[in-house]
Amino acid sequence: MTPGFAEPVLGAQSSFRAMLHALSHPGRIVALPDVPQAPAPLGPAMAALALALCDADTPLWHDGGAAVADWLRFHTGAPLAPAHAARFLAATSAPPALAGLALGSDEAPQDGATLLLQVSALEAAAGWSLSGPGIETTTALRVSGAPLGFVAERAALGALFPRGLDIMLCAGRHIVGLPRTTIIREER
Amino acid sequence: MSETSPKPRPLAGYNFGYLDEATKRMIRRALLKAVCIPGHQVPFGAREMPLPYGWGTGGIQVTSAVLGPSDVLKVIDQGADDTTNAVSIRRFFSRVAGVATTESTAEASIIQTRHRIPETPLREGQILVYQVPMPEPLFKLEPRVAESTKLHALADYGLMQVKLYEDIARQGEVGTSYNHPVMVNHRYLMSPSPIPAFDNPKMHMNAGLQLFGAGREKRIYAVPPYTDVRSLDFEDHPFKPVRAPHACAICGSEESYLDEVITDDAGGRMHVCSDTDYCASRPPLEDAP
Repeated sequence: MTPGFAEPVLGAQSSFRAMLHALSHPGRIVALPDVPQAPAPLGPAMAALALALCDADTPLWHDGGAAVADWLRFHTGAPLAPAHAARFLAATSAPPALAGLALGSDEAPQDGATLLLQVSALEAAAGWSLSGPGIETTTALRVSGAPLGFVAERAALGALFPRGLDIMLCAGRHIVGLPRTTIIREER
Repeated sequence: MSETSPKPRPLAGYNFGYLDEATKRMIRRALLKAVCIPGHQVPFGAREMPLPYGWGTGGIQVTSAVLGPSDVLKVIDQGADDTTNAVSIRRFFSRVAGVATTESTAEASIIQTRHRIPETPLREGQILVYQVPMPEPLFKLEPRVAESTKLHALADYGLMQVKLYEDIARQGEVGTSYNHPVMVNHRYLMSPSPIPAFDNPKMHMNAGLQLFGAGREKRIYAVPPYTDVRSLDFEDHPFKPVRAPHACAICGSEESYLDEVITDDAGGRMHVCSDTDYCASRPPLEDAP
């Protein structure tokens, strides 16, 4: 089994700060300074976020197979759970239907899940145009390898606010935050 | 001018930043959800800290969860860097985390504050951590937590509008000169913590990230950068930030928020900047005390 963070305390802190920055500035591409070696198909960024935030209190869903399951369970201690009951989801390919995941309640919207979604590439270029809290005007983001119909499926949850799903796009060691408040417009 | 202190050696025997890793993860998860739902209060399992409630236990826990070895920490209490609370918290983190500390707003990456927003505008990447005594803006109007939670769920803030209306009907103006409630991102009513109403407009579209920690009440909430924050008001009674109509006796500033200082027992008084770093960064008046 491959190791987790070289320095668990500092690795978790720097990964959390990167995620905090990414969610504060949706659409901005943030590099993770310290990533663990995770078994394929789990990418370095997704592995770092899972290690930084998951533990025995966070039911975790993933689609990575047996090696990934062993690695996540050993390093985080998180119980593996079906998608609808998971607080964190690590999707290395197309995720389960977004509307079927934990979205919280109007009184406790913080119970909505966090979806870590692996895509093939992230670029600060025309493709999606993002707006909402954390974005001064708009932010351009080009995502390669997003699941088919992802933008529409996510937008359908918008009406449920404050319930919702917060998504981290992960590619290599880079992440992009898409909190539930961000509005994505696809540009043609 | 203040300068950043060199990095001290942390005390042995403590985890980085005092809190254990499981606690930090729990606080970090709450912080991330708070940023995703601007203005919404996220419950968290506040720990006992080595100082009493009311001295910033919520703010310290947030700072502890966020802080990294390369951060530069500034702590202010009512704008001042040199008061007991600010000095103690700065020293606490230089001991348990070994981070560099500063009194300069511009040099800090994390600023923990009690009841003020610095005069120097925050820039992107800076984090302002507020110490919050009472996170629930409705608590004087609806003391039952279960009920106020429901009011937030329904975005039913009529109670607060009525309270402001009654202030205006009785006294001709809104009676809150501090802790004036704000609407965040057009959705959540939020307590700005007891900052003066003068500081409220600084929250709107601020480039920095604003995190709020209430230790006794066990709530965390946040305002992401570039987020709409409106002080609650009426069209015909717009919100007015209050400032004492004087200039600072030391630097002469007519823009900054002022503290009134009693200087003798014969009615003598002067007004000085509440933000000590801002005041010290300006040339003093020739007749400054």
